[in-house]
Amino acid sequence: MGYAKSAEVREMLKIKELTIGIGDKDIVRDINLSLKKAEIMVLFGPNGSGKSTLIKAILGFSGYDIKKGSIEFNSKNLNNLSIDKRVALGIGIMYQHPPKIRGVRLRQLAEFLSSDKERIAHLAEELSLESHLDREINMGFSGGEMKRAELFQILLQCPSLIFLDEPESGVDIENISIMGKALNEYLKESRAQALIITHTGYILDYVDVSTSSVMIDGHISCSGHPRKIFKAIQEHGYDKCRECKCLSNF
Amino acid sequence: MSKQLLKEFNEEDKKAITSSGMDDTESTRSASFLQADDKIHFSHALSKGVEILAIEDAVSKYSEVSDYYGRAFKTLNKDFPTDTKGGYFIRVKKGHKIDLPIQSCLFLKDSGFKQQVHNIVIIEEDADVHLITGCSASHSAKEAYHLGISEFFIDKRASLNFTMIHSWKEDVAVKPMSVALVQEGGSFVSNYICLKPVKEITMYPTAVLEGENSRASFNSLLLTHPGSFQDIGSRVIFKAKNSSAEIVARAVSLGGKAIARGHFKAEAADIKAHLECRGLIISDKGVIHAIPELETEFRDVEMSHEAAIGKISREEIEYLCSRGFSHDQAQSIIIRGFMDIGILALPDMLKKEIKDLEEKTLEGSF
Repeated sequence: MGYAKSAEVREMLKIKELTIGIGDKDIVRDINLSLKKAEIMVLFGPNGSGKSTLIKAILGFSGYDIKKGSIEFNSKNLNNLSIDKRVALGIGIMYQHPPKIRGVRLRQLAEFLSSDKERIAHLAEELSLESHLDREINMGFSGGEMKRAELFQILLQCPSLIFLDEPESGVDIENISIMGKALNEYLKESRAQALIITHTGYILDYVDVSTSSVMIDGHISCSGHPRKIFKAIQEHGYDKCRECKCLSNF
Repeated sequence: MSKQLLKEFNEEDKKAITSSGMDDTESTRSASFLQADDKIHFSHALSKGVEILAIEDAVSKYSEVSDYYGRAFKTLNKDFPTDTKGGYFIRVKKGHKIDLPIQSCLFLKDSGFKQQVHNIVIIEEDADVHLITGCSASHSAKEAYHLGISEFFIDKRASLNFTMIHSWKEDVAVKPMSVALVQEGGSFVSNYICLKPVKEITMYPTAVLEGENSRASFNSLLLTHPGSFQDIGSRVIFKAKNSSAEIVARAVSLGGKAIARGHFKAEAADIKAHLECRGLIISDKGVIHAIPELETEFRDVEMSHEAAIGKISREEIEYLCSRGFSHDQAQSIIIRGFMDIGILALPDMLKKEIKDLEEKTLEGSF
């Protein structure tokens, strides 16, 4: 029992004093952030505050320089690993704007991510993507179709840490519900942890989010209960976050 | 035991010949022709309505063949070499729709051999056929040369889907010259695939749309290896109204030089044409030069082109890496995707075969 408990509270993702630069400019400055097993965090923040930059740097995308600090996942330092090596540790990402790739079909990626053809077929059906499997990835997909295809790949990949960058943007209400349910089910079953970037907050209706933080100008300015923080942002806007260290205590 | 067309060739040559699309068992073909250097190895048809024989035999057997000889080039006031030896004569009789493709192969075997052939293909009224033709070279054919002259005559409402696979090697120079004449309601589709190294290829096949409502389509997949030079174009001349054409090319340079030309010339009104050329440069030493040309004397034409050349997008590579592919795997998937056979207008029965052939050829190329 004691072992199980200590695993539960262990920090899976641990970011320490991290500064990320793009070119000469520091976009994320000196942040600390951690996720425990099965913890789901929402990251709020205005455009350009550094949310996507943080995710891309954790994944190891080029152009995002770690100037200071460290990123650890499952007690492994990620700082100098290639993207695929990080992904192999169990990290997955759902893109906000995934690229279109000519001649590469969704099925190709699906079959790389999972050898279980039945699962691929079942999940494609659940996310209404059966007719997209043999199409070139994201070519001519609507906003919602792209997002469903992203989620589809994530769920086939079965990561234990998921980054979701604006999962609901461009998705109609009906599909948010389908996606939200599928995502929540996976997170519950796998006890994966997730970091979700959202503007609209719709995702809060479908996913059992445990905590949230607000990112302003490259800093984490506030952390707390997701509903309370979201409500405060809706009422006061992000400007208040600049003035106030913790809106959720309003 | 299944048939073995290529039993007189050694294993290495068999492999070279089948890599350019020949079905050794012939079970999926309606006729076959093979010429190695200047020797005709076989030439026979299995389907009613198809004739296939060596060009010299056709000229002596049928008086009308000499009327066709050189006619397509004369239409363009273009000279062509006449010191040829061999080549095929294919005729599909009026009204015959041939289900299985006809296959042919022009093979280079001896070191330093200069193969010069003249082919004539006649598709009579309302006939419909697929022709898959391969050109390749034996390992022993050092510094060899191939000149292929082809004339295609597509009669009223007839259709020819012509797929040519070039499977050469780094010391072979090649010069195909071809002209297709397409009559009213006729269709000429040319699919061209060149994925192996070659010393030099220069070709500018031309389709002349002579009849109303005729169409031409040229689709090419080119992989240019270091040291290779490929000057490859497609030209369509519109001589009748309501005719249409499309040129689609994909060129990937691994370090060699590729010139991708395309030319539409409208000599009639009410025509429609679109040209699309995309190039991908993998190596710093690679060169791709896309030259699209549109030419018209008429107002009522719709001609367009798009050309784009670039390197592999970092975003696409990193996207695939974020799904777990290594950088090299991601690059290979993107190149293969770029060279998707989907851009070719292949008949269904050849799609899988050509895809497998492409996979096999690309293996280890990058």
